[in-house]
Amino acid sequence: MSYIESLNENQLDALKEVGNIGSGNAATSLSTLLHRKVDMKVPAVRVVDFDEMMDLVGGPDTLIVSVFLRINGEAPGNMFFVLSPDEAEAFVKEMTGIDNFSVMQPPFDEMGLSALQEMGNILAGSYLSALSDFIHILLQPSVPLLHIDMAGAILTQGLIELSQESDYAIIIDTFINDVNSEREPIKGHFFLLPDPESFPKIFDQLGVSK
Amino acid sequence: MTLQTKDIVKVGIADLKTVTDPTYYLRTSGLGSCVGVVVYDLSMKVAGMAHVMLPDSTLSKKSEFNHYKYADTAIPMLYQQLIDLGARKFALKAKIAGGAQMFSFSSSNDMLRIGKRNEEAVQQHLEQIGIPIIAEDVGGSSGRTIEFNLSTGALYIRTVNMGEKQI
Repeated sequence: MSYIESLNENQLDALKEVGNIGSGNAATSLSTLLHRKVDMKVPAVRVVDFDEMMDLVGGPDTLIVSVFLRINGEAPGNMFFVLSPDEAEAFVKEMTGIDNFSVMQPPFDEMGLSALQEMGNILAGSYLSALSDFIHILLQPSVPLLHIDMAGAILTQGLIELSQESDYAIIIDTFINDVNSEREPIKGHFFLLPDPESFPKIFDQLGVSK
Repeated sequence: MTLQTKDIVKVGIADLKTVTDPTYYLRTSGLGSCVGVVVYDLSMKVAGMAHVMLPDSTLSKKSEFNHYKYADTAIPMLYQQLIDLGARKFALKAKIAGGAQMFSFSSSNDMLRIGKRNEEAVQQHLEQIGIPIIAEDVGGSSGRTIEFNLSTGALYIRTVNMGEKQI
């Protein structure tokens, strides 16, 4: 029986807490990186079909900037940090001072791309290390991959393992919100997509197997 | 190329749709490693589009699965639906697009060359039925949105950074 279609209330709460802890730590990292306050929205745990997942970021042919990490270790899975083009550009300007950085037209500025990749790396890394501490399972993130393309094309890559078992994905979705009235807010989505076989392990560690 | 206001039949991920009215366009968005398969009989005005995600249903870990997800199950179903709608086997033609390698490394064995495997599986299963592929835009590393015009038989392909084309 696939876990995905039969989650109980406690398990959903446990996953929500997973998202809370991970993104809380990531928000702290982003705050340090930008030297200002960054807020985090209470995470949502969603069981969605693949088309609905694309709709969460604006539809399958929406242009997104995505940092992908493969999680290796005892509870493998995939992780995306997704920004809209505007948000990515605003972030690069702030980090590097490059005013004309654009993700709309290649060739892209190398320094800007590198800054984005590093941000993804820092945020996802801090998310995963907090998560790893919380569930007492060692999670090793891969080298981050930066992509700028259609949401459908990028995100389906993270669904390949999962799609062999189910037509639904459990998405632990968190929103990071940069609260500063003077500047453009940076909002980012974290999508944590554990492989199907990782759910029993995570639930076991959190005492919600049943 | 206009992708806005006209009658669109949307084909989702691991989905299949058919049209028999040439004022309707078949569209699927954000193909990465997935492959979009269009099969049509232009003079009978019957067309179908499948958005194939994986090459082979033996990959499925469940006995009940969505048949539109896999090339080996989706293509025979697409063929049968078109025949049921009045398409003639000898007149069927196919156009395919997608099968990109989106990620420069594979996260696991399953993801290894998945775009290429999808492309090869689609070609193989179309050939088995005897449907010729008269145009294709496959491979590369870009996402594609495709749209099929049943009145002309043209397949429009839009990418983010590689422009638009028609095959």
